[in-house]
Amino acid sequence: MLTILFDGIAYGMLLFVLASGLAVTLGLMNFINLAHGAFAMAGGYITVVLVNRLGVPFLASLPLAFLASAAIGLVFERTLYVHVYKKPHLDQVLFTIGLVFMSVAAVDYVMGSSRIFIKIPEALEGQIDFFGVGIGRYRLMIIVICGLLTAGLQRVLARTRFGSRLRAAVDDPRAASGLGINVPQVFAFTFAFGCGLAGLGGALSAEILGLDPYFPLKFMIYFLIVVSVGGSSSITGPFLASLLLGIGDVAGKYYVPKLGPFVIYTIMIVILIWRPNGLFGRSAAR
Amino acid sequence: MTAQADVGHHARLHARWHWSEIAFWVLALACAFLFPSRYLIMTDIVRLALFALSLDLILGYAGIVSLGHAAFFGVGAYSAGLLALHGVVTEPVLALIVAGLVAMALGFVTSFLVIRGADLTRLMVTLGIALLLEALAERFSDITGGSDGLQGIEMQPILGLFAFDMFGKVGFCYCLAVLFLLFLLARRIVHSPFGLSLRAIRNNPLRAAAIGIPVNKRLIAIYTLAAFYAGVAGALFTQSTALASLDVFSFERSADLMLVLVIGGAGYLYGGLIGAVVFRMLQEVFATITPQYWQFWIGLVLVVIVLVGRQRLHRWVLWTPNLILRQFGGRKAIVAIPESDAP
Repeated sequence: MLTILFDGIAYGMLLFVLASGLAVTLGLMNFINLAHGAFAMAGGYITVVLVNRLGVPFLASLPLAFLASAAIGLVFERTLYVHVYKKPHLDQVLFTIGLVFMSVAAVDYVMGSSRIFIKIPEALEGQIDFFGVGIGRYRLMIIVICGLLTAGLQRVLARTRFGSRLRAAVDDPRAASGLGINVPQVFAFTFAFGCGLAGLGGALSAEILGLDPYFPLKFMIYFLIVVSVGGSSSITGPFLASLLLGIGDVAGKYYVPKLGPFVIYTIMIVILIWRPNGLFGRSAAR
Repeated sequence: MTAQADVGHHARLHARWHWSEIAFWVLALACAFLFPSRYLIMTDIVRLALFALSLDLILGYAGIVSLGHAAFFGVGAYSAGLLALHGVVTEPVLALIVAGLVAMALGFVTSFLVIRGADLTRLMVTLGIALLLEALAERFSDITGGSDGLQGIEMQPILGLFAFDMFGKVGFCYCLAVLFLLFLLARRIVHSPFGLSLRAIRNNPLRAAAIGIPVNKRLIAIYTLAAFYAGVAGALFTQSTALASLDVFSFERSADLMLVLVIGGAGYLYGGLIGAVVFRMLQEVFATITPQYWQFWIGLVLVVIVLVGRQRLHRWVLWTPNLILRQFGGRKAIVAIPESDAP
């Protein structure tokens, strides 16, 4: 029972790191980015190459995955995404679906279509017995890393100068640029940071969720659930939503394996009907 | 001329049959005789065209963005398959209508969920419904056959007269006939006052409500109707391939459908039909060049379409045909209008 809870929390934390970038682009910048999973996949595959082929230690490769995904995100944002911000939602959906298809085929071409595993260090394998509760070391590490990230993220958004700039740029881009905030720069940086987080999440999740070229398609719905259920007003909403989703999914798979993802989708639809702006969203969100 | 009479005049002018439309359908029928070796792919195009027509009704005319339209396609496909498999309704045309009605019922029920919320919520709910149905179909594998799909479906002759033949000629004619009939119906609907009110809702829901259009009722009605169309398309799929598998619900199917409509252009009825032809041919070309990675090129097409801009692209594509038509048919002869210019 407690083990399920623990696994669920780890899974939820992972989903949060994966989806938090999307929460910013989708929730705050009002841009529907279905290709978010592609950046996570990029991070995952970069880690695979670093660890399995070049022999970089796993823990050292995590920051590299973050940086590489952020760089890729930045390039895409500056060259492609920036033209699509102002377009209608339908265009954004089409554009990002196109990107997903391309990334799936490209990764399939370069890395092959089979599922890939990352060699994780022995210190992270196995379980610790903690008052009779079996706790996976790897999952414990995920919780620690993701917990630190979440706290840091919350702090950056709420306390720092950059955080207030971002919030200002989101609330009213025109007024913000009038105040001398470089809105495109803020957006580009935020987007890149979100992609970096996704890449880090992808690197961490390869062990738990599995990594194959169809990753962006398979988990797209999960990311979207996190954001749409969590609402877009703050970082806490998506965080709680991803914990809920993680625990719900793990428990659902354990107790009623036959129903599969059925539980999650039903909960999502019910919540969205009950509160179309998400559980923790502002009622007057744009 | 008063404003009201003016609007009526223009609406009637647009509703009139144009000779190029007749030419289009004659050409479609001629395909049945011109390419006797290509019935399978042509049937596929016709089915896709009907499916795209369905999405066009809600996306192009009512402005509802849906990522889960395959839900209704799948329900129609499985209904038709189960009806034929268990011998409930053996006559294909009747089974087609029943399957359409089943999808329609689902569309009616889910429309209440879809009309709530903005674009993002709609996307999520439609996508969620399709995924939910896929999970359900997988779960109740004793009914649906699980991942193997429904097998051993035997189709009875259409109307008791025309048996499905090996080469798919009857299947093609049957699909084309269904498409034509439903197209006529859709044409009638979009040119009716009801259709005009839908466009008003698409352009500005708030204003539409202000001039007394019951927005939600209209959206429910068109969503339900579109579900019927998609259900019929799904049923045609099952009937002409004698197969129904889990991939009828897949996300790729919904995404491809979007692409079809975008290639053809949303907001006029021929968009879906032209898009289906172009999409399938593109797919064929890409599949012959790179059998495994055609998805990459499809994705590239999508990205390019969006970056260039859909409206600009349509103007380019329509430029040549319109020029020719103008030469022959006088200045008013425009076969297809890009969505931006549509009234």
